[in-house]
Amino acid sequence: MSEESARKDTPEQAEFRTYCRQWLQANKPGEPTVRLPQSPLEIMTPEQLSYLQAWQKSAYDAGLIGCDYPVEVGGGGRKDCQKVANEEMLAARTPFLPNVIGLGMAAPTVFYHAREEVKAELLPRLFSGEDIWCQGFSEPGAGSDLANVQTFAERKGDKWVVNGHKVWTSLAHFAEWMIILLRTDKSHKYDGLSYFVVPIRAALGKGVTVRPLIKITGETGFNEVIFDNLEVDDRYRLDELGKGWQVAMTTLLHERGAGELQTPRAGGMKNKSSHTISSSAVIDLAKTTRRGAGAAADDPILRDKMMQQLIREEGLKQNQRRSRVPALLDHPMRLLLQNKLLASEIAQSLGSLALEVEGMSSSLYLADPNAPAGGQWPLAYMNSYGMTIAAGTSEVQRNILGERVLGLPKSK
Amino acid sequence: MAQPNNYGFGEEAALLKESARKFFREHFPADKLHALVAADHNPDRPPVCQWDRELWQQLVDLGWTMLAVPESAGGVGMPVAAVAGLVEELGRAAFPCPLLGTLSATYALVACGAGGEAALADIAAGEAATLALTNQHGDWNPAATEVEYRDGALHGTAWFVQDAAKCDKLLVCASTASGFGLFWLPAGAQGVTLEADAIVDLTRDQAHIRFDGAAATEVSGNALTALDSAFPAIWTLLAADMVGAAEWQLQTTVEYVGTRKQFDHPLGFFQAIKHPLVEVMVQIDAAKSLVYNAACACDTEQEKAAQYAHMAKAAASDMAAYACSRSVQSHGGIGFTWECHVHLYFKRQKHSQMLWGDGSWHRARLADIVIGAAA
Ligand SMILES: Cc1cc2nc3c(=O)[nH]c(=O)nc-3n(C[C@H](O)[C@H](O)[C@H](O)COP(=O)(O)OP(=O)(O)OC[C@H]3O[C@@H](n4cnc5c(N)ncnc54)[C@H](O)[C@@H]3O)c2cc1C
Repeated sequence: MSEESARKDTPEQAEFRTYCRQWLQANKPGEPTVRLPQSPLEIMTPEQLSYLQAWQKSAYDAGLIGCDYPVEVGGGGRKDCQKVANEEMLAARTPFLPNVIGLGMAAPTVFYHAREEVKAELLPRLFSGEDIWCQGFSEPGAGSDLANVQTFAERKGDKWVVNGHKVWTSLAHFAEWMIILLRTDKSHKYDGLSYFVVPIRAALGKGVTVRPLIKITGETGFNEVIFDNLEVDDRYRLDELGKGWQVAMTTLLHERGAGELQTPRAGGMKNKSSHTISSSAVIDLAKTTRRGAGAAADDPILRDKMMQQLIREEGLKQNQRRSRVPALLDHPMRLLLQNKLLASEIAQSLGSLALEVEGMSSSLYLADPNAPAGGQWPLAYMNSYGMTIAAGTSEVQRNILGERVLGLPKSK
Repeated sequence: MAQPNNYGFGEEAALLKESARKFFREHFPADKLHALVAADHNPDRPPVCQWDRELWQQLVDLGWTMLAVPESAGGVGMPVAAVAGLVEELGRAAFPCPLLGTLSATYALVACGAGGEAALADIAAGEAATLALTNQHGDWNPAATEVEYRDGALHGTAWFVQDAAKCDKLLVCASTASGFGLFWLPAGAQGVTLEADAIVDLTRDQAHIRFDGAAATEVSGNALTALDSAFPAIWTLLAADMVGAAEWQLQTTVEYVGTRKQFDHPLGFFQAIKHPLVEVMVQIDAAKSLVYNAACACDTEQEKAAQYAHMAKAAASDMAAYACSRSVQSHGGIGFTWECHVHLYFKRQKHSQMLWGDGSWHRARLADIVIGAAA
């Protein structure tokens, strides 16, 4: 992949690519001593976090993160270079970056909608991973119907006083900052929303309570967050009052991989606790898994299913390639808006297929010495439901595609 | 060699695709197709070949039938990716004609090397051709051919020959004393009997062709190798046709469910209608992306062409089946009538789904490449 792209590099990208390669070769972190989760959304312990934070900081200091943002806000001031850094980090099989919500959602939102001095204040420590960020959108009564947010901000001079309840807040247990969608006017559903960034760690026990929620896998990683008269400075409001819904669209577009700015991305590290999630991994698994007298890879039905999976993966990859060939597109958003739906459902069918390949051994979980692949596949399969539910469920994605791309009438 | 990022789909290809779309939109809208092929609804009707020969001649005059013929043989030598763009538009119009057969024969002839040159010149001169290599059981392995070449002539029957009645020439795979050969002969030659099949699809004709000592020119003594290198392009172009046809099915159905109201809402308001149509779109897009990837592999990465073409045809076959199902079902009673245009595409797509191998056929072969043959 990185070889293929290298041939298309601009001079700036080519030079930067060489630099990234050299730096990664010398500075890629060694094996962690703790078991790492499969994604940053399941970081449970301070030990896991500090290992990953140290890696993000070193990559930022080296210029591999935030490359396309202006220098004034802590970026690298380059053009289309994040893509290059991502390709090289993935090719080098580094650990993943822990501050995912910060990099993927908060940074573009802050960049497009915050005051200049706030950008300069917050973005450098976001890029470096010293400040972990979280996203306070969902509430007990506002999930798919996000605009139903009720957590309220009341104005008091140049401060706002926040009261309410957010749920499913990933990484809140480690976060310094939260991007948050708040209600500032109860009489208008959409126009009554405003968007803020709030410092939550500094306010723990003084207006903010964070309680972990336990996932289907037994892992932690998301939380509920209670606001009890938290005071927030008006400078941390993004864009105008009542424009929260529009600002949230910037966040969601980037969250679903359809935004303007490339999100810094790393990963692929191979070690005893993490593994590659792709159909080639399942094919390898099938070759070494016994089924009857032969291998699972000889079973005609499993072969067919593995090929279906491989074809779906290649289809997504080729969609991403075709989305940059205007002559082969009928509608500008048609492929981009499919990304999240496809990526999450492909991950799910992959997990399901892996369990089928493992057969009865798929009953064995992380702590079992006989579990194939260290019990990672049942974990991956369960975690895939996080992907098809979070960031707009698959059903909501299909509504969006049907309405915005096919032009069908809006469902309730 | 690695592929170019844009599939090699450059300005010229974009122009060709655009003008093909315009051509069919102007000259061959769906009501014209219906009037042309659906005059007789009798399920027991004898096979007939309905097509617009004059419009086909315009296609020939535009040079579209010789796009894939190399320049050295008097053609245009366009890349498969560009030809796929044209074929996608052909599929969108479901235009009954021997273009796919002619292109398929072209790729097989190109793979014959010097032996194919004279035949390619026929195609460059505007003649239409089709492949004849399948046995009575629809086996897509050309080594299963029932046609035999002995004493300087062809004997036996080739089955499931596409658009046979529209063609000037046949490219036949036959067993020979030393293996398998490819043979080129006029469709109307002495000793050739074309027996039309009564088929469901109204947008094609199909025949089984009997050879009783028909004289033919051998263009290759190594048919299996030549066909192996031509099949990826053949599968890819059929898949491109299916993508275009499916886009017609999708847009037509979307339009209908956006207008027809029940329970005080347009049908498309209901998610039981909306979500499956989104799924049709998602499957079309994956198939389309895989088609251009496979086409580009035919042009620039031959060693991967078979693998990627299996993916494209497998995806297109399953996608087409689903598009068929949803297009009829979402139209309700009207979709079940002869009068509604939806059935024309339904039948074309069901035919294409099986032609040159359905989804599981291609996946089985893909598995042999990717995983290795099963023990
Ligand atoms: C692992 C994980 C991490 C998360 N992290 C965060 C985070 O960091 N910050 C944050 O703010 N939120 C987070 N979320 C919350 C997530 O965004 C919501 O769970 C999601 O938007 C769905 O809302 P809900 O849970 O209330 O489900 P509901 O909206 O109640 O949906 C329940 C079911 O009904 C379906 N449904 C709902 N409405 C419709 C409709 N109109 N048409 C058809 N079907 C419908 C849904 O698709 C779903 O299947 C996270 C969730 C998970 C699982």
